[in-house]
Amino acid sequence: MRVALFVPCYIDQFYPKVAIATLELLEKLDIQVTYPERQTCCGQPMANAGFEHLTKATNKLFIENFDKYDYIVSPSGSCVLHVKHHLHSKASEDLAHSIKNNIYELTEFLIDVLKVKKLSSWFPHSVGLHQSCHGQRGLMLSQMSEIVGPPFSKSEALLNMVGGLNLIALDRSDECCGFGGTFCVTEDAVSAKMGLDRVRDHISHGVEFITSSDMSCLMHLEGILRRLKSDVKVAHIAEILNAPA
Amino acid sequence: MDTKEKTADHASRASAFNRDEQRVNWHDKTLWFVREKRDKAAWQIPEWEHLRELASQIKDNVLSNLHNYLIQFEKQASSNGIIVHWAATAQEHNEIVYDIIRKKGVSQIVKSKSMLTEECHLNEYLLEKGIDVVDTDFGERIVQLAEEPPSHIVLPCIHKKKEEIGALFHEHLGTPEGSSDPVFLAAAARADLRKHFMKSSVALTGVNFAVAETGEIVVCTNEGNADLGVQLADTHIACMGIEKIIPQRKHLGIFLRLLARSATGQPITTYSSHFRKPRAGQETHVVLVDNGRSERLKSIDFRNALKCIRCGACMNTCPVYRRSGGHSYHYAIAGPIGAILAPSLDMKKYADLPFASTLCGSCSNVCPVKIDIHDQLYRWRQVIVKNGYVNPGKSLGMRTMSTVLSNPSTFRWIGRLGRLFIKHLPFLVNHKLNPWYKKREMPAPPAQSFHQWYKTMRTNGK
Repeated sequence: MRVALFVPCYIDQFYPKVAIATLELLEKLDIQVTYPERQTCCGQPMANAGFEHLTKATNKLFIENFDKYDYIVSPSGSCVLHVKHHLHSKASEDLAHSIKNNIYELTEFLIDVLKVKKLSSWFPHSVGLHQSCHGQRGLMLSQMSEIVGPPFSKSEALLNMVGGLNLIALDRSDECCGFGGTFCVTEDAVSAKMGLDRVRDHISHGVEFITSSDMSCLMHLEGILRRLKSDVKVAHIAEILNAPA
Repeated sequence: MDTKEKTADHASRASAFNRDEQRVNWHDKTLWFVREKRDKAAWQIPEWEHLRELASQIKDNVLSNLHNYLIQFEKQASSNGIIVHWAATAQEHNEIVYDIIRKKGVSQIVKSKSMLTEECHLNEYLLEKGIDVVDTDFGERIVQLAEEPPSHIVLPCIHKKKEEIGALFHEHLGTPEGSSDPVFLAAAARADLRKHFMKSSVALTGVNFAVAETGEIVVCTNEGNADLGVQLADTHIACMGIEKIIPQRKHLGIFLRLLARSATGQPITTYSSHFRKPRAGQETHVVLVDNGRSERLKSIDFRNALKCIRCGACMNTCPVYRRSGGHSYHYAIAGPIGAILAPSLDMKKYADLPFASTLCGSCSNVCPVKIDIHDQLYRWRQVIVKNGYVNPGKSLGMRTMSTVLSNPSTFRWIGRLGRLFIKHLPFLVNHKLNPWYKKREMPAPPAQSFHQWYKTMRTNGK
């Protein structure tokens, strides 16, 4: 099994610990992981802002980095969704197509491919789960509240395998945090208010940590928590799943 | 691109709305309550998702055969004694309506809810011609008295608190100052409206569904005002967008079950009134309006916005709508659906709307006819940028970003520089001109990137 690690650009620059936790977690599960070193970004920041036509070069680079693997794993539902929906290449559409089929968000890879049933991690804290919209509604990593259907959640299934962890229910189980890429600065008033409301939901239920399978949501929520001088911390789900026993 | 003409965009209107946080909280909670009512109502129907799929497929069929269904409807309606008019534009629609009213020689009509007439700005048009239009839905009447557009397609005055409505009624209807009891205010509005009902010989309504098979139209209301208006008037004018057609009467059940549950969480609207033929002595007109719809029908990317049944569920669920208010969309139809409908009418004027979303996707999944709203928002962004309706600074920034991100060594270098800046020169980013920093701290930059860590610990270390 040839597995490549895709580290989104902002995780590379601002949250290397999340990529390290992802790498270590996969290695603990006996997966040999390659990190293609010329990778940068999936192109989503441009595309979601309406500039998909400027993503040809990043698409080309992405394909060059990731065309030789059976699986590509990334600790970001949002970036994975972008690749799945929008990776194209005029020169090598077949390669783009196979990458789209082979790319997995971390929790999805753990549950659906590795079929993880137990973990040796230990995280004795009260944790609130923030659903990333792109992971949840885009990649169907968990059932959404809009749909009349049976409940499921890949993140919750994994968090329930962690020793000592107390998963806290929220008032609004899957409302968007308001990050939204460039939305967070072009619509900063609504973006910040959405984030504040999410954070208050977690705080009012006594969580110590807010976790998510997307660090971009957490970057936004962390910015608000720190401005509030709150004791509540954020931790990417990879960090919790990788927490040593 | 000419940016001078730009009216206040969604972001600045939303920012103004957010100056009163208590009000935002109230607005958000009020609409979330409606969303939760919708959830409870939907969960009572085990086959809910199947119903959505059926409704979606019927609407697909309608859009693919619209021409035939419209002809069939016209034929049936005409044989029922209904006078059918065709309007290519909003202007034509307004002229047709005015012409009917003029021939009746009246100076006032009663109107029950019609988003189409909002879209066509009929009230303003008729007012200029000396015709007074009285909106007879409670919520519509409130915004009419306040001289405001509706902020929501189903709950037009949802942005107003009962105390504000009390003050408005005190001014216009002479209710005692300070009265804000909803039951009392509703009774006062009812008493006032009754006077208008009694003396109006022309009643205008919208149309929720028009059945091609039978030539009948169906109007869904909770207040019965459409029925009262039509039954008391000699002339009924019903205005509809051409996409309101459904093939057969048996399909109605699917839509009626979905509509009220999605809109307000009710099993069905209080009144679902069928108008098939005029009663003896009455005249019934149906105005079929295109106003850009057949143009939209041509577009694979955007055509299925025409499936919309105007339930407003996408507004109630939208976390941005709930925190920015309907007026921030500066179009007759607010929220996610408005944001994909408006640009096809005027791309320049509404270029901001597709960007007023985080693309969270809640709208598409709550939509009873499965419109891919958030994907259309994404596609509109591409179209708007390609047509040049975007801030030139943003274009330049995006080009720079694209260059940096497609060159690994530049990316590493810029990244390193960025982290150094934030760490050692925080004043470069921590100021109020940085929209991120207004209400959020910047991320604390780590000493090294993952790439650097990997080089040290793995590539060279092992």
